[in-house]
Amino acid sequence: MKRDDLYTILCILITVGLFPWLAGGNQYFISLLIFMGINGIIVMGLGMLMGYAGQISLGHAAFFGIGAYSSGILTAKYAFHPFPAFFIGVLLSAIIAFLVGKPTLRLKGHYMAVATLGFGEILFIVFNELSPLTGGPSGLSGIPSLTFLGHPIEGAIYLYLVWGFLLLLLLFSLNVINSRVGRALRAIHGSELAANAMGVDASRYKLQVFILSAMYASMAGSLYAHFVTFISPSSFSFMFSILLLMMVVVGGAETIWGSLLGAMLLTLLPEYLRGLEDFEVLAYGAILMVVLLFMPQGILEGVRKLFFRKIKVGGL
Amino acid sequence: MSEEVLKVQGLQKSFGGLRAIDSLDFMVAEQQIKSIIGPNGAGKTTLFNLITGILPPTAGTFEFKGRPLRGMKAHEIARLGISRTFQNLELFANMTALENVMVGRHVRTLAGIFKAGLRLPGMRREEREIREKAMEELRFLGLENKALMNATSLPLGEQKLLEIARALATQPKLLLLDEPAAGLNMREAEKLAETIIKIRQREITVMLVEHDMSLVMDISDEVLVLNYGKKIAEGPPGDIQRNRQVIAAYLGEEADA
Amino acid sequence: MTLTNQLIQFLFTGLTVGSIYALVALGFSMIYNSTTIINLAQGEFVMLGGLIMVFFTMVLKIPMILGFALTVIGVTLVGALFERLAIHPLKRASLITLIIITLAGSILFRGVAMFLWGKDPYALPPFSGRSPVQFWGATIQYQIFWILGITVLVVFGIWFFFNRTLMGKAMAACAFNPLAARLVGINVRKMVLFSFGLSAAFGAIAGAIITPITLMEYDRGPLLALKGFAAAVLGGLGSGAGSVVAGFIIGILESLGAGLISSGYKDAIALVVLLVILWVKPSGLFGSAEESQLKKF
Repeated sequence: MKRDDLYTILCILITVGLFPWLAGGNQYFISLLIFMGINGIIVMGLGMLMGYAGQISLGHAAFFGIGAYSSGILTAKYAFHPFPAFFIGVLLSAIIAFLVGKPTLRLKGHYMAVATLGFGEILFIVFNELSPLTGGPSGLSGIPSLTFLGHPIEGAIYLYLVWGFLLLLLLFSLNVINSRVGRALRAIHGSELAANAMGVDASRYKLQVFILSAMYASMAGSLYAHFVTFISPSSFSFMFSILLLMMVVVGGAETIWGSLLGAMLLTLLPEYLRGLEDFEVLAYGAILMVVLLFMPQGILEGVRKLFFRKIKVGGL
Repeated sequence: MSEEVLKVQGLQKSFGGLRAIDSLDFMVAEQQIKSIIGPNGAGKTTLFNLITGILPPTAGTFEFKGRPLRGMKAHEIARLGISRTFQNLELFANMTALENVMVGRHVRTLAGIFKAGLRLPGMRREEREIREKAMEELRFLGLENKALMNATSLPLGEQKLLEIARALATQPKLLLLDEPAAGLNMREAEKLAETIIKIRQREITVMLVEHDMSLVMDISDEVLVLNYGKKIAEGPPGDIQRNRQVIAAYLGEEADA
Repeated sequence: MTLTNQLIQFLFTGLTVGSIYALVALGFSMIYNSTTIINLAQGEFVMLGGLIMVFFTMVLKIPMILGFALTVIGVTLVGALFERLAIHPLKRASLITLIIITLAGSILFRGVAMFLWGKDPYALPPFSGRSPVQFWGATIQYQIFWILGITVLVVFGIWFFFNRTLMGKAMAACAFNPLAARLVGINVRKMVLFSFGLSAAFGAIAGAIITPITLMEYDRGPLLALKGFAAAVLGGLGSGAGSVVAGFIIGILESLGAGLISSGYKDAIALVVLLVILWVKPSGLFGSAEESQLKKF
């Protein structure tokens, strides 16, 4: 494990650990951090797909939805225990990712983008239309909270649960990135032609990382469902897929830290814009445009470059 | 009688109406250095693309150590032991020199996504081996000092050597070099020639596509001449240099007096 | 209504929405032909066409014909501006960045629309003839004839432009080989700008003519773009004739599916067609596989 990565993880651990105390027990702030964690989990997976393997998915909200609805439906309607429901969601996402990914990842750039967009939209329609199961547009309520030994897990404890998950997945992701598999993914991004010629089965790895990212999104979906206890298709729309994409791009697709930063920043964004509802979509578009035109590597890289430049000039 | 490493029979590649490779037969013996030459557009790189599985042939067969390769995917062929460099460099610009070569080790290692993610002991050992072997190849090519630099920040000559290091890391039995001397100055080209001989000493068979005639004639055991996708001559360098058809192909037909 | 009557009804509905998909698909093909980019903001041009027309004719009370012309001009300018400010500066960017920038553009347009018009749908009166017409036992709104007629005119205009005018042929040359095009004196930059403007114009026309029937709201764009893209791919991306025919095919399929099977899943029909075509034969019904591989994306 690289030292910088370890330090960052420790910082995160400490910040999140102390957060409930720092926030003075304010449930609003705690929920905010929980959402950041949930989005962070999705975005780590998506970031590996986009930043490392160089592929694109404009439909990841669908996998988030599959996880949420699996957990939600099985626990609320069929009295499943949350754990098997969680795993079923992950399994379902993996299977669907396999079926969709196999033909889609073969496509080039634009076609892949539109195919994933189409897939996401289809699933959105399905969430809306399968009313007997999903509750349709009015949503699914009554999702039980998670409990431990009879006590409901909420508030600060749920915060620790979500971020605990995030950190475990982060460790897993960092290990993958710093391994032969991570190099293979980056090779595919660098030159798929040369990667294949050097023995990297590009199709297989693209599919694997796609499935992995779908599983991450599903896990986040389950955690989301048990937290908000009410879900509706509008949370799994194309706009959310775009938001996820923005988190990766704005934060910085090149590294997993960039993606996480993007998740933090863009989870806060809707909160800032709460009063200015009219501006919400406009702000999204404007931010994305500005970043792409002026800081295409993302904010993390942009700030780092600025920082280094200042140090160089100041130090001399 | 040395073993045939590569045997090509009746190989053909058409792009619509254009025959890029036409009824090609030849073979490459073990640890030979065999060069492919011919005017531009003769089909040399296409030939490499066919052998490495990047393009499917229109007709014909090719065997590697007796094993038919037609229909196999590029990465499968790499696993069997054929590796290559590219005419227009295809380095991984998003990685360091060392990482580029480490990717070459991919085909000889095993750890999958879960072993890697959980960082099991077997995987850690494998990582160390990958790094060591990659550094060995860098050293073989004299690039060990540039290991941590971004691959594309190296000067062109060294980038070409880096591609060779990467290809060698796959432990090939047959190495295809596509115009390795292009853009090199005389000193670099000489060093390249020595390196290719050293590669042959490692019991690797080498096929070379080149335009640098002095390099070709110096180190090749055999030369194959292509023109318009067809073989027009094959033999030791001396014979090729004297071959009338070869000269005509390069210089154009002389007008009949 | 008998089954035949119903089918005729569905056919006309299908032709109507099919016209819109055809126009959107034409826009995609046009931009793809000159830049090999897929413009994900294409649907927003349609939305803007509808909403701006509403503004001119309902708010400013300008006569319809003038309003129509102004709308098309206005959205064309928006398209051109978009190309200048967002596409052109990123010419050398990676493919993913280009995809995302058009996505960003679409979000921006949607945001502006939401800001200016809010989330409610807006209506336009039909261009003429308020009462529906009986046609072979089916009840057809008069606007449908306008839609079909204008679409045919546009398609004919396109065909004429690309096959009979020098500028059209120049545009086609640009996508195929920009360097060669530049060497023979074609101003590639202008061509790209022009193609964005033109496809914005198509979108605007589509939006203006459909709003009297389907109304228009700020977020109609993405779904329209997806379906229009499905038509573009089905017909062979870059092929004008293909785009138009495929647009009508998808429109009719959708209409039949909605009428005969289920209306809730109506939108999914075009999307499933999209996925199937991309997965099975991305070169579309009328394109050749080899040609589509040669084109860079």
